[in-house]
Amino acid sequence: MQLALEVGQTAQPEAIMFWILGPMAVVAALGMLLVKKAVHSAILMAFVMVVLAIFYIAQDAVFLGIVQVVVYTGAVMMLFLFILMLVGVDSSDSLTETIAGLRPIAITAAVGFGGLMVSLLGRATLGRQAIGLSAANADGNVQGIAKELFSTYVFPFEVVSALLITAAMGAMVLAHHQRTTVRPTQRQLSINRFRGESLGSAAGLPGPGVYARHNAVDVPALLPDGTPATSVNASLEARGDMLDYKSFDLAEVNTQIEEEK
Amino acid sequence: MNAANYLYISALLFTIGAVGVVVRRNAIVVFMCIELMLNAANLSFVTFSRINGDLDGQVMAFFTMVVAACEVVVGLAIIVTIYRSRRSASVDDASLLKR
Repeated sequence: MQLALEVGQTAQPEAIMFWILGPMAVVAALGMLLVKKAVHSAILMAFVMVVLAIFYIAQDAVFLGIVQVVVYTGAVMMLFLFILMLVGVDSSDSLTETIAGLRPIAITAAVGFGGLMVSLLGRATLGRQAIGLSAANADGNVQGIAKELFSTYVFPFEVVSALLITAAMGAMVLAHHQRTTVRPTQRQLSINRFRGESLGSAAGLPGPGVYARHNAVDVPALLPDGTPATSVNASLEARGDMLDYKSFDLAEVNTQIEEEK
Repeated sequence: MNAANYLYISALLFTIGAVGVVVRRNAIVVFMCIELMLNAANLSFVTFSRINGDLDGQVMAFFTMVVAACEVVVGLAIIVTIYRSRRSASVDDASLLKR
C-alpha cells in the first residue's frame, strides 16, 4: 500500500492534510495545558492522538496508525477516563501556581528548548531527500514490521513482553486492597443499628421524596417535622443538581406555578 | 511540503508536553502530558523511518507504545493508591517527606 506518493517532496493532498491537522493538533495540545478540568484535557489528548494516527497512516506506517487508534485512543484514554471517574470527575485542578515563579521559568525554558529543537532540526535535515518507504513496504507494511520484529528485534520483543507482564502484576499488587477489619455482616449491621445510642436511625433514612410533594431523586426527603433529610445522592449534591426542598414544602407551596407536565 | 515538517510538529508537541508536566498540578493531567511527549517521540520515529527508508523506526515506535502502556498502567495504579490514602490527586499534596 502506498499512500505517500512522492518521496522527498510529499504529494499535494498530504500537504493540505498536514497544514489543516497539524495546527489543530498543536492548538489542542496547548488547550490541554490551559483547560481547568482534567476530563477536557483527556478529550483534547484523544484528539491529538487521533491526529497523530492520521499522520502515521499518511507516512506509510499503516500498522502503527491502527495500533495508535486501538491502543492509545482506545485503551490508554479509556484507562485515563476510568481513573478520572474513580478519583472524582468534579475535582478540577486549581491553576494557581504553588511554587513562586515556576510558570514564567517553565515557559521561558520551553521557548528556549523548542527554539533550539526547531533550529537544530532545520540545520540537520534541510536539503536531505527523504527516501520513502515504498521499497521497505513492498511486501506490505505489516509483513515488513513482522520481519524486523521477529528477526533483528526478537530479543527486545521478548524483554518487552516480560515488561508487560510485570506491569500487569504491579498494577494488581498496587490496586489490591487488603481489609484490616472483618467485613460486617447484614446481621451485625442490623444489631448495631438497634443497639446504638438512639433508635432514630434504626429504620434507616427515608428515600427521596418521602413526605415531600415531589418524588424525584434530586429532591431531598422531608422528615415529619419538615426539615430535609440527607437522602440525596452525595454526587448529585456535589454537582449542585439538588433542587431546593422549600419550593415543594406544603406550607410554602406557590399555587401560581402550574403543575409540571 | 518537506517530510521534515512532521519533525517540527513533533518538537512542538514534545515541548508542550514538557511544559504541562512542570506547570500542571493534577497528577492525571501530568500523566497525560507525559503521554503527549511519548507520542511526539513516536511521530519523530515514524518520520525518520520514512526519511531513511527502513522500518527500524516504526519498530522502535511500536516498542515505545508498549512501554507507554506499561507506564500508564503502573502510574495510574500509583495515583489510585495515593488518592485512596490522601483523598487528593494533586502532586503537591504528596509532600510528607518534606516535613
